[in-house]
Amino acid sequence: MTIEMPQSFWLYFTFFVLLLVDGLWCMLATRNLVRILIGLEILMKSVTFFLIAAGYLSGRMALAQALVITVIVIEVVVVVVVAGIILGFYRKHDSLDVGNTRKMKG
Amino acid sequence: MIGFTLLLVVLVLAALWASMTTTLLRATLGLALASALLSVVMFSMGATLAAVMELSVCAGLISVVLVSVASLTRPRSIQEEIASRRSRLRRIWPLPLVLIAAGVALSFVHAPVDIVLRLPQSDGDVRTVLWSMRQLDLFGQILILLAGALGVLVLFRKEAKDDD
Amino acid sequence: MSDLLLLVPFVAVVLLYLLPKRARAAGLWIAFGILALEAAAAALDRFATIDVGLLAPLEKLLGFHLATDGLSGLLILCTGLVGMAALLVARRTLESVNERFLFANLVLVAVVGINGIAMVRDLFSLYVFVEVTAVATFILIAAGRGDHVFEGAWKYIFLSVVASVLMLTSLGFFLLSTGGITLDAARTGLEANAPLAWIAMALFLCGLFVKGAMVPFHGWLADAYTAAPAPVSVFMAGVVTKASGIFALLRIAQSTLGGATPGREILLVVGAVTIVGGAFLALTQTNFKRMLAYSSISQMGYIVLALGGDLHLGILAAGLHFFNHAISKSQLFANAAAIEQQLGTLDMDEMGGLGARMPVTAGTSAVASLSIAGLPPLAGFWSKLLIVLALWNAKEYAFAAVAILASLVTLAYFLSLQRKVFFGKPLNKWSGAREASAGLLVPAVVLALITIALGVGFPFALRILMGGGA
Repeated sequence: MTIEMPQSFWLYFTFFVLLLVDGLWCMLATRNLVRILIGLEILMKSVTFFLIAAGYLSGRMALAQALVITVIVIEVVVVVVVAGIILGFYRKHDSLDVGNTRKMKG
Repeated sequence: MIGFTLLLVVLVLAALWASMTTTLLRATLGLALASALLSVVMFSMGATLAAVMELSVCAGLISVVLVSVASLTRPRSIQEEIASRRSRLRRIWPLPLVLIAAGVALSFVHAPVDIVLRLPQSDGDVRTVLWSMRQLDLFGQILILLAGALGVLVLFRKEAKDDD
Repeated sequence: MSDLLLLVPFVAVVLLYLLPKRARAAGLWIAFGILALEAAAAALDRFATIDVGLLAPLEKLLGFHLATDGLSGLLILCTGLVGMAALLVARRTLESVNERFLFANLVLVAVVGINGIAMVRDLFSLYVFVEVTAVATFILIAAGRGDHVFEGAWKYIFLSVVASVLMLTSLGFFLLSTGGITLDAARTGLEANAPLAWIAMALFLCGLFVKGAMVPFHGWLADAYTAAPAPVSVFMAGVVTKASGIFALLRIAQSTLGGATPGREILLVVGAVTIVGGAFLALTQTNFKRMLAYSSISQMGYIVLALGGDLHLGILAAGLHFFNHAISKSQLFANAAAIEQQLGTLDMDEMGGLGARMPVTAGTSAVASLSIAGLPPLAGFWSKLLIVLALWNAKEYAFAAVAILASLVTLAYFLSLQRKVFFGKPLNKWSGAREASAGLLVPAVVLALITIALGVGFPFALRILMGGGA
């Protein structure tokens, strides 16, 4: 890669925040369980990016990569388990609408 | 520098598409695209091994899982589908504006940040770090994979039972 | 020894799957045995002595960098005791052999996660083990047969992910500000007063507040506890939430905050708000488990509040209250399981006069309730006394007053619980209710005896804790 890499913390931070807001909004604006899961994934993208950027800026890229690899493994297991739970919910309520979960008294 | 920034902009656009598009299949596609772009970003920052993981596991495996969930759950009746789409659109349309506003606002911030000094030689190779310094995390990975396997066993078997 | 605490349950889960299917009924007892060994090792404080000798090469090979101290021992002891209680409850409340087998497996996985939390010295590994525990718990909740299991699991997942994002962002800031992610590196960063390090610490604390269900992040806990199957709620209330949220806070307060003012103030305010919020929410509940859940939130607030007090005394008090509450609350959830088994409902408005029909359940639940409310000479009195002393020593008189006054609210909701459920006129509706089977009573009685014994023999116990803790 010949791209010249920026060293500004704020550039990385800005895009981290944008992805974070996008993911959160995606989770909160919908009532569909699969969409919430997609929003959750976008959130994980944002922190993955932030960890790599932090490793890059602080010169600890190897450490940051080691962390990110573990985070990715955890992420995939969480997604699979959540997918199983979503399927169970769908079988029970015949719907993916999170509105059905609001029946419990808060 | 400009090229890299553009890459990040495209990454955010892909994520935005994933969160705004109408069908689940397209949203999954958008997520996979965002994942792939993120892995390009990571590669260009020098995180080669993590980039490969991101590409194969997140853009690949997770998309497969999401697509199968989307296909196992059939869409609701058309009226309900349209109604829920409307209500969602009503809540999600400000998102691009919010993102643009946040991006513009943050681009004016130049406050100095105390980052620990950059020590290019201090770190070594990711494989060495992972295998000889972070064994506990590797154990954690194996453990969570085991938990995931148990989860598949519990959550998916239950369905098979319900089918009978 | 410390490595074995991770390896033995892990290997056991793998080996249990090699058992022939007929022998699966034994899985529960194997898990029970492992937890008993773990509790015994922690109670006898045998970590150091077994470390030398045969295990040294293994530890070198694995290179886990674990460390045990009094606090780790405390959490491991709680995990062993509560885990055993949960397995006994599971034996009587889960219907099929298969369900019990899977329960035992998942509990063992969660126990490895909790043991990891007890012993790590690194913030990222802490995150990894918190996540392992959380995933095992999601599955445990969702594996239930109740009506609301998915809802309970879903809220827990949603907020857990928020907590993960907070913790990982915090780790990014730690990398930027200190270049390292061990507890020692974090401490160095905080001592140098680097602003980024404080941002990082604040984010990590927020993540743990979500995990530990501090007000205002408490929304998930009541649903998760209420929806979870009986043995799972025993296990969750006893150790899972406490290990992944509160214990991690204890560890950070002990080894990185070092009594620094900003950190202490955060803990004091969050603790006080949680105590009061949880207690008043508990007052309004009519479901037995839901009231216990809000009471848990309030009591975990006490633990966090103690950490904001005088550093040494605060950690001792917090650790002690941690233990007392783990024992008493898991016992109350075991009582709830007994009542649910007999009545098929947990709605307190429908109950009444059960004391005569279920005397053992009534008696043990009274012991646990009064202990949590802080009545002498039960164990909970001493830990609350120490919490108030820790606050007094740190000149936080207002917060000490909050701790004392909130005890009255605690007493109020527990008395209302006892009155609604056990006292009053025996209702004809429940003329068929009998005392629960012995399998459900044994854990309740044993845990109640621990509460009484620790209360009566407190001066002796304190000496041990002072020796082993600190």
